[in-house]
Amino acid sequence: MKKFIFALCLMGLTGAVSANVEGPALLESHANLDSKINLQRGARTFMNYCLSCHSASYMRYSRLVDDLGLTKESVEQNLMFTTDKIGNTMQVAMKPADAEQWFGVPPPDLSVIARARGADWLYSFLMGFYKDEKRPTGVNNLYFPTTAMPAVLSSLQGVQVLKTAAEGEAHGEGHGEGHAGPALELAMPGTQSPEEYEATVRDLVSFMVYLGEPAKLVRYRIGFWVIAFLFVLFISTYLLKKEYWKDVH
Amino acid sequence: MSFITKGLTGLRDWVDDRFPLVQLWNDHMGAYYAPKNFNFWYYFGVLSLVVLVIQIVTGIWLVMNYKPDATLAFASVEYIMRDVEWGWLIRYMHSTGASFFFIVVYLHMFRGMLYGSYKQPRELIWILGMFIYLSLMAEAFFGYLLPWGQMSFWGAQVITSLFGAIPVVGEQLAELIRGDYVISDTTLNRFFSFHVIALPFAIAGLVVLHIIALHEVGSNNPDGVEIKKLKDKDGKPLDGIPFHPYYTVKDSVGVVVFLMLFSAVVFFAPEMGGYFLEANNFIPADPLKTPLHIAPVWYFTPFYSILRANTYPFLGVDAKLWGVIFMGLGTMVFFLLPWLDRSPVKSIRYRGVLYKSALAIFVVCFVILGYLGILPVTDGRTLVAQICTVLYFLFFILMPFYTKWDKTKPVPERVTH
Repeated sequence: MKKFIFALCLMGLTGAVSANVEGPALLESHANLDSKINLQRGARTFMNYCLSCHSASYMRYSRLVDDLGLTKESVEQNLMFTTDKIGNTMQVAMKPADAEQWFGVPPPDLSVIARARGADWLYSFLMGFYKDEKRPTGVNNLYFPTTAMPAVLSSLQGVQVLKTAAEGEAHGEGHGEGHAGPALELAMPGTQSPEEYEATVRDLVSFMVYLGEPAKLVRYRIGFWVIAFLFVLFISTYLLKKEYWKDVH
Repeated sequence: MSFITKGLTGLRDWVDDRFPLVQLWNDHMGAYYAPKNFNFWYYFGVLSLVVLVIQIVTGIWLVMNYKPDATLAFASVEYIMRDVEWGWLIRYMHSTGASFFFIVVYLHMFRGMLYGSYKQPRELIWILGMFIYLSLMAEAFFGYLLPWGQMSFWGAQVITSLFGAIPVVGEQLAELIRGDYVISDTTLNRFFSFHVIALPFAIAGLVVLHIIALHEVGSNNPDGVEIKKLKDKDGKPLDGIPFHPYYTVKDSVGVVVFLMLFSAVVFFAPEMGGYFLEANNFIPADPLKTPLHIAPVWYFTPFYSILRANTYPFLGVDAKLWGVIFMGLGTMVFFLLPWLDRSPVKSIRYRGVLYKSALAIFVVCFVILGYLGILPVTDGRTLVAQICTVLYFLFFILMPFYTKWDKTKPVPERVTH
């Protein structure tokens, strides 16, 4: 009991010094890989809007056929815009040197970006663009201040402005503190309603989670059967042990 | 049927005339008498062996597709994860296996501290075990560079630069380890060589020695009673049972339960919330971009905390070198346990309140240091780490005294079962 109390005290001490928050709280993406239709929609957005600047160079187009329940023809006609073959990986025509000149940094490869950044971060980032005339792209981002990326999806989302504009510009980063959500307001609507845009981004992020780890589509199901098999094995080994140990007193 | 039996018996005898097959079997399995009162804690030895086999077998298959080249390494890991049949499973088994290796080894070592398994006559088993542990740390460190992510690169950069803190030879030593002024393709190649050839050989050899030494003196048990003292008229220990079949069937149960937990992580949470596979390691290594926060994998963090807890220069030696010294001492000090412990009893069951409290404080400090090692430093955290570091070393420094003064209980003649 004494050592338990001691442990609790020390734990409390560590807990007290561990609280730290950086930047505004992320939005929840609710990304999920259960629906093939949603993943297909995410793939379409990804191919149309992301893949023109970003590569996904560890991913082959052909994987989409089996994993997303598509036909070879539909992938070739609807999702591939370059002269690539279906067995190729998702490369981008833009040269890294050009990209660096245009954006300041070459756009990162997106193959495993969902694993590095997390689904919620990607979702927040894609929701977080707002108008900022001081930036060369004309936009800034609530979750990734001074990002080099332009608001590629603004035709869908519309244009957002920062609610507490004066305060936000003064600090540059770390705004949104004390607010429940991002302090952004839609100033000019896009082609999609806010709900439609949220669904678009959710599907896109779900696709990028899949893109980061295609095995995620199968590993839960396989894992269930592996553990079920081991459970049966456990029962038989346990009974065997009991039988052998009968004569140990 | 009888001719099969006859054939197999004949083969056995043919081999046995030329190799001590039956004797080897009896010495280590069929006629190796183990105490009959092993409890939960006694599974972790065989589990370490199971994880070693998992790591070697999955490692063999990973090497078939991995490319130890700074320009190809990261991509080749993703190739394994996507394009190699079942590659994701092999890779996750290997990455999860690394963390599980340390989990079972830490619990195995803690068992030794609970029941005084390092005490006379088992000092050499403990020392061989410590060498396995140190080899395992080196193996994990070298292996972590191979995926060539940001954490691989910068973790290796931080650790190799620690050698630079050693006076006079430090910088040359760090260069010798890296083969370059910074972590580079050369480093990747030599770490790959160490990871897949040198250390696996060393570990496998040490494991054999560890087991031979164990089977020479016999296993300890939760009561810390020497079962060889009381034997029946055939010379068999009264409290001993043959390892095979009793412990082979019992360990099978433990192994299956372990594999269920292992599979749960492999299939349902291979990143383990960033503790087994760090998110930053999915960004390819970039020598020009230092991550804001560099943390080693969880199994090194207690020692990393000790390193960072040293913030004062002292006796003309700078804080960094003290950190390196104490981190080194923190891992090596376990070697001395057999001689620091002056208690007349082995098992915690018969020890007094002093040792029990000391061990509890030590475990709590070890866990807190591990937790702090994952987080970025703040003044408050450094203070907590310093308190825990002092308590960590006091556990060892004061051990000769408190184990001697402790009020022990009488140890029974026979094991309690």
